[in-house]
Amino acid sequence: MEILEVLKQIFNLQTFSSTLRMATPLILAALGGIFSERSGVINIALEGMMLAGAFVAVVVSHFTASPWLGVVGAVIFSGLFALIHAVVSIEYHAKQVVSGVALNMLAAGGTVFLLNILFNTSGTSPSVNSLSYWGNFKPTVYLALVAVGITYYILFYTSFGLRVRSVGEHPHAADSLGISVKKIRYICVVTSGMLAGLGGAHMSVGTLDVFREGMTAGRGFIALAAMIFGKWHPVGALGASLLFGFFQALQIRLQGVLPIPGEFIQMIPYIFTVIALAGVIGKATPPQASGKPFKKGER
Amino acid sequence: MRKKSLLVVTVLLVMALVAGCSGGQEATNEQSSEQAQQQEEELKVGIVLSSGGKGDKSFNDSALRGLSRAEEEGLISNYKYLEPKQVSVVEKNLRFLAENGYDLVIGVGFMQKDALTKVSKEFPDTNFAIVDEVVENDNVASITFKEHHGSFLTGAFAALMTNRDEIEGINEQQVVGFLGGMDMPLIHKFELGYTSGVEYINKTEGTNVKAKVAYAGSSPDAFNDPAKGKEIALAQYNAGADIIYHASGGTGGGLFNAAQKENHFAIGVDSDQDYIAPGFILTTMQKRVDNAVYDVVQSLKNDNFTAGVKEYGLEKEGIKVSLSGLAPMTKAALESGDITEEQADKIREMKEMIPSEIKDKIKKIRDKIIAGEIDVPNYLEQNN
Repeated sequence: MEILEVLKQIFNLQTFSSTLRMATPLILAALGGIFSERSGVINIALEGMMLAGAFVAVVVSHFTASPWLGVVGAVIFSGLFALIHAVVSIEYHAKQVVSGVALNMLAAGGTVFLLNILFNTSGTSPSVNSLSYWGNFKPTVYLALVAVGITYYILFYTSFGLRVRSVGEHPHAADSLGISVKKIRYICVVTSGMLAGLGGAHMSVGTLDVFREGMTAGRGFIALAAMIFGKWHPVGALGASLLFGFFQALQIRLQGVLPIPGEFIQMIPYIFTVIALAGVIGKATPPQASGKPFKKGER
Repeated sequence: MRKKSLLVVTVLLVMALVAGCSGGQEATNEQSSEQAQQQEEELKVGIVLSSGGKGDKSFNDSALRGLSRAEEEGLISNYKYLEPKQVSVVEKNLRFLAENGYDLVIGVGFMQKDALTKVSKEFPDTNFAIVDEVVENDNVASITFKEHHGSFLTGAFAALMTNRDEIEGINEQQVVGFLGGMDMPLIHKFELGYTSGVEYINKTEGTNVKAKVAYAGSSPDAFNDPAKGKEIALAQYNAGADIIYHASGGTGGGLFNAAQKENHFAIGVDSDQDYIAPGFILTTMQKRVDNAVYDVVQSLKNDNFTAGVKEYGLEKEGIKVSLSGLAPMTKAALESGDITEEQADKIREMKEMIPSEIKDKIKKIRDKIIAGEIDVPNYLEQNN
């Protein structure tokens, strides 16, 4: 009887919807990470780009009363924000992790700073218009799923995708074939910012209708884990994000029902990620040139 | 080439730092320095806010409201507030205020305990106050609240309400919810008070109300994750809850959003939150930090500042669960135009819809708690 009740609480439509809603920002940011890393640029600034996107979406929605313009604004702004990372790491060959950390700090401080200037508060923004439901979900949820398909198609069925992958695996070979490594990497890093920004907009004007300082709460880093667990493959990242989302939904529902700490359940996907990284369940190999700046004419 | 890249990264880092710090500095009261010079004999009060900063619509705003009141009534000429973005800067901020001759330095939030303990020892001639923690130095007044009492009353209220399924927004199931922020002893104090209140009603009224409990996480992030808060609230509403009480800081924003979506009710915490989602937040377990902060300032002004623990409870409205009329933040929001007159009417209607028998029962329970006739368990004392 008890067990049946527990199972009923876990496996129902609500758990499924909750999983999908919580996975959406992870899916979008993980796709962003895939674009960037597949082209050879590590992007740990996904967290900051999401946060910036979440913030801009609320600001634009506040001033134009249109959440859709907010989404567009978030995508554009986060793309521009990612351009900083692109210039620093592609043009100036800086350590990509350092630049990423700097962007995360800039986003965390910058959003609160601007929140003060625009709304005279440093905690929660005023409520704004949020996206309306399409059926059971907010439109951004569907957009995330569509983005998985598009990313898969671009990476594996277009010549641009082939170039992206070649630049990320062996930039010198690609260069010798006349592919502009710089250009491809620029496009990919900016795209990754745009996707992360969309993920942020999903949280602020999709799921909620406010911006809250630090509201991404580490999801950018979880997305990185999902990307790795999904082996830098869009469908893999989708699966990993859904898994992470499912365990989050599970953890919420099992609190106080089972006599095990909630953290334990939430930990499971990360253990999988570590195991995947260690190469036990199939090997997770990053693109060869990921993290290495490309200098023309150097070996 | 290498140097250039280093330079760029340095510039970026500096930008990030500047953005990070200026959030606090820019926001300090601009007039403070000028006026301070003009009236040097006036009391100088400095306050270091907790995470969430000014505009958290909760704790910090409440503390600042106490200082504004002191300013309006002429107890102090002005005050300065600092918003540390990380716990690690709290100590620096406290020291900055003490060094600059502030007569009273207030630290808001339990996370400032260690820093305030240290800094108050360094400046024995400065008066300090800490909200929500106890620091046992001779120059520190510790302001604490009997949150368990307020939460008990809130739990009793929620349990009584969930049985009234004739009210719109209340379902047939006898389930209420609790949303906690970070899974830590202080929040368990709220939870235990709340569930004990529910139990009390079950015992005295013969009902069978169940309380669902969930926490958003186990790190300070859990106080700033409204998206997760919304998911938890939706899960509890789906499981039959119709009233959810939260003690989760900014995460509670997600609860209010979910309440509106599901057409159920929420109960706010700390500083009156009734106006955030007009008509969906039944009441707030208010910790009147404003009154407490005001009291400390007043005692200093009257030269009878004393160190030690000042515990505020349901008596003298240090803690309040208001079931009729508009609470202070709601009034302020109405005056400043943050909510419209119509929205204020919605709140008034909602409060009127609360059956008067329930209001009477809650009042009796409140009196019994104050008189000590009901023994409310305190998680912090049980688990020391």
